[in-house]
Formats: sequence, structure tokens, C-alpha cells
Amino acid sequence: MLGNLFANYYEAVSMILFGIGFTTLLLNRNMIKKIMGLNIMDTAIYLFLAAKGYIFGRKVPIVNGTVPEPETYINPIPSGLVLTGIVVSVSVTAVMLSLTIRLYRRYRTLDIDEITRLVKEEK
Amino acid sequence: MDFIRNFPFFCIVLALASGVISSVLRPKAAKALSFILISFSCICSFCVLYYTVQTGEAFTYMMGHFPAPWGNEIRAGVLEGVMASFFSVIMLLALLGGEKYLKADIEESKQNLYFVLVNLLLSSLLALVYTNDLFTAYVFVEINTIAAGGLIMIRSNGHSMLAATKYMIMSLLGSGLLLIGITLQYDLTGHLLMSNIQESIGELAAHGEYTVPLTVIIGLISVGIAIKSALFPFHAWLADAYGYSTASSAAILSSLVSKAYIFLLIKIIYRVIGTGVFWDSKITNVFFVLGVAGMLFGSISAIKECDMRRMIAFSSVAQIGYIYMGLGFGTKLGVTAAVFHIFSHAATKSMLFVACRGLSEVSGNKKDFSDLKGSGFRNRIAGVAFTVGALSMVGVPLFAGFISKLYLTSAALETMSLKMAVGVIVLAVSTILNALYFIRAVISIYTPRNEHYRDAAFRPGMTFCAGMVCFIAINFLLGLASHPLITAIEQGLQMFS
Repeated sequence: MLGNLFANYYEAVSMILFGIGFTTLLLNRNMIKKIMGLNIMDTAIYLFLAAKGYIFGRKVPIVNGTVPEPETYINPIPSGLVLTGIVVSVSVTAVMLSLTIRLYRRYRTLDIDEITRLVKEEK
Repeated sequence: MDFIRNFPFFCIVLALASGVISSVLRPKAAKALSFILISFSCICSFCVLYYTVQTGEAFTYMMGHFPAPWGNEIRAGVLEGVMASFFSVIMLLALLGGEKYLKADIEESKQNLYFVLVNLLLSSLLALVYTNDLFTAYVFVEINTIAAGGLIMIRSNGHSMLAATKYMIMSLLGSGLLLIGITLQYDLTGHLLMSNIQESIGELAAHGEYTVPLTVIIGLISVGIAIKSALFPFHAWLADAYGYSTASSAAILSSLVSKAYIFLLIKIIYRVIGTGVFWDSKITNVFFVLGVAGMLFGSISAIKECDMRRMIAFSSVAQIGYIYMGLGFGTKLGVTAAVFHIFSHAATKSMLFVACRGLSEVSGNKKDFSDLKGSGFRNRIAGVAFTVGALSMVGVPLFAGFISKLYLTSAALETMSLKMAVGVIVLAVSTILNALYFIRAVISIYTPRNEHYRDAAFRPGMTFCAGMVCFIAINFLLGLASHPLITAIEQGLQMFS
């Protein structure tokens, strides 16, 4: 069991990071830390994908004049997925940050519980 | 005739493009463009539906220059056609009915941005319905989340911004779980196209290999989608998000956004994991238990609520519970009932939200029961629509809600296990609870004892009336002539597997 963890240490680390990110996004009260948690969670998934796509001893899949033999380069699809995922994660982060800025301008705090209390009082 | 195969792609791309164009148009032009586009997608979706019913089989459409195992694909069968047409029609009516209130709720300078979000949302809904590729589904899930978050926060008061924040946080947790599920699945099978994945997973299951990872994948994807569609314990964001956004947004969010995720889940059950493996994984028991709990607790929260909008929002939790209970039976009839309930709930709930806004308009824009007294007399069309919606949600015969309850009950009776007893009893209890709060609401809007608001000469406006009349017609249509739709759903599910 432990041997498996050490043999697949990229995957093990990415799962731990995913857990850290997930719990930070869920439980932390600070909006900025929540967004950091979101990014850690997404990055953990990209690490997992990149680790899965890499084949030991092979090269980058870039065509330079001649098309290389398929046996010489790594699996390019996970890299493509990571790129798409990064774009998605950047846009979501931007939306979350802009929301945070607007909430901060209005309530002068980043604590989500405090904001909830202030909003309830506003009524 | 074969030209119709291009229509799903046209709808998605045109919706995306017009979303971009709307950002530089004036509000009126943006609104016109959006209405034209949604009508166009209605017509196209009906054509796709007609085409698939005529040919009797689903078709796939290659996106780009690479064929099946490498490239991206769109797939359309009868169920996709029905879903896309229904989504477009409901979206059109929700915007039509709530159009008048957009001006009141949203700042002048931001009104064209509302239509940017609506167009993006439509495009992502259609893409979720049609896509045959799991990673594309994930990308459009995120676009959907951003657009839906925008629809909530565009009202820009404290309540709606906080609601949007909570919605985004929960939704992103859900998409994180969905993404890791898809990634693990890719690791296991090496495919992203749904049909290829199903083949590989079928082989793995037949040889009894990787059973634990497979269960983990099913669990992660199911929980991710359950969070996003507000299944019972994950519904904390829902009441604020639906209660404080503008009427059209609430209608669109409750009837389309959460339903699109459930449709994606059904698609994953049938086309990615395969029904055999999925039903064997016992996750259906979790759906059943949470669905049943949602039916009870959603209704109880709704009974405790004094704010009409939030009451309708909590009623959504109960209705989502019905849908998951249908899936939880793990039978064909159960899924048919669940899909039918998606339609009946979407048609009814969007009508209720818009009608509720109409009622609060004649009550000084307040939403509490005490202020809404007698509003059914002041805004007659909204009062009638609200009554129809309430009766349909309770499950009175003639209305859409009755048919879905009928099918859910027969699905429960068919299972012949503990689920049968629990399902039938909870359905009965939940119907009584529904009746409690909806009848109370109807009685209060028809109580002629309010001296504060005596605006007898109120005119509800053309668009509002048109929207309401169409909604009422759809409710009666689903209640009285449900047979063609049920046949189409059964045919569509047949095509899935």
C-alpha cells in the first residue's frame, strides 16, 4: 500500500493538494484565501493530468519539419487538457476576484461571515 | 433534410457569437438580438427533434477535421432535441415575462450585459445538451457557472452579490469534483468521447478490473453534479440566489441551469458509465436517500418561510429531490419519470417566479405574505398564473405536476423493495406539505383585506401577459397531453443506450 504511494508520488501529492484546496475553498472565511484554495485545487488536477501524460524518457510532442515517430514523444492530450483547464480556471478566478473587490468596497471586509452579518443588517 | 444535422452546431456558435456582439450594442438592440437568437434556437431545436423522430436514430456531428476517437463530436437524439427545444422555449418565455422588470432591477448601463450573459448561458446549455465529449462538457459547465453567477450578481445590491458569491463557491466545489472525476476516468480509460468511454468501462466491468477506482469516479462525478444542481444537503446557496436575483434570472436559474446539470448526469449514467455499471454501483441508493430527505426538508423550510420568493426557492429543493428520487429507483421507468419531472418543474417554477414578481409589483415591491394580500385581484393575470403553478406543484390532476407524480409513484411501485414503501409514503407526505404552503400562498394573494394598495387601474403590460398565457398553456398541455412527450422521452432513453 505504502509502496504504491511512493511509486505514484506525483498522483499522491496532487490528491493531497486537491484536498487542501477543496477544504480551503469550503471552510476558510477569508475570500482571498478561498480563491487561493480554488487555484490550489485546480492546479492539483493539472499536476495529476501532466503526471499522467508524461512517459519517462520521451520528448515534447512538437513537430519540427518532419513528423517524429509516435514512440518518441509523450502523450499530448493531457497537456492540451491542462491548457484548456488553465484558461477556465483563470476566468473563474477573475470573476471571483471581481466579486471580492465589489464586496470589499461595500463592506470593507473580506470575511464572508462578517459580510453575511452586514448584509442581513442592511435590510 | 440532412442539412438539419448542422443545426445544433449553428445554435451553439451563434449564441456564443451574439453574446460577444451584445457587449457593444445598446440595451434595446441587445435585447432584440437576444430574442431573435433564442427564437432561432427554438426553431432549430424543433427541426432537430423532428429530424431525429423521422429518422428514428441519433446522429453524431464531427467538429473540426478529426474523426471519432481523436476529434470532438456533437450528438443529437430525440431526448436531446426535446431538451434543447424545451430549454429554448422556457428561456424565451422567462425573458418575455420578466422583461419589464429588467429595467427596474438593473442599472441602465448594464442592461446590455444582461443579454450577454443570457446568450452565453443559452449557448452553454445547448452545448451541455448536445456534446458527446466529457471534457467539452466540463468547459461548458464552467461557462454555465460564470454566466449564472453573473445573472445573480447583475442586480448589484448587497444581497445579490453575497448570493452570487455563495453560489460561485458551491458551484466551483462541484466543478472541482466533476473535473477530478473526469480526469481519473481519462486516466483509467484513455478516452474523452462518451461512446468510447462506455466501451472501455464495459470491458473493465466485465473483467471485474479496477472496481474501486470506478466507484470513486462515479461517486466524484455524481457528488459534483449533485452540488451544482442543489440536491438536499448542498442547497444552502439556493434560497438567496433565487430569492434576490431579478425575476427572469430566478426563473432561468431554477428551471434551466440546475436542470441542465441533471440532464448531464443522466447522459453520464447512460452514455459514459453505462446503466448496468451505474445501477450496480449503489450510488442510486444515495440519490434515493438524499432525494427523499430533500423532498421533506425542502418543503419544511418552505413552510417556515414568510418571504414568497424564498418559499418558491425552497420548494425547488423539494422538486430537485423528486428528480433525484426518480433517478434513485435505478429503473427505466424511474428515469423516465425523473426526466418528465424536469420538464414539468421547469415549466411551472419559472412561471411561479415571474408571476410572483408580478404580484409583488402591485404590492409596493414587497415579497412578504402580509404585503401580498389581495394582490391576486390587483394583478389578475399574475394571480391566475400563480394559482395554476401552485396547483401544478401540489399535483392536482389536469396540471403538469400530477403526471410527474403519477409516473414517480408507478416507478416506485414497480421496484418491489424497501424503496417502494419509502418512496410512496414520502411522495404522499411531501404532497401534503406542498399543499400546505402553496394553498396558504394562494389564499393569501386572494384575501381581499388590504387597504394599503388600491391600484385598481393597474395594467400588467403586453409582454408579461403574453409570457404568462404561454406558461399557463404549457402547463395545461403537459398535464392533458403528456403522452407524446413520455413516448419521446422513452424513445430518447432507448437511443442513449
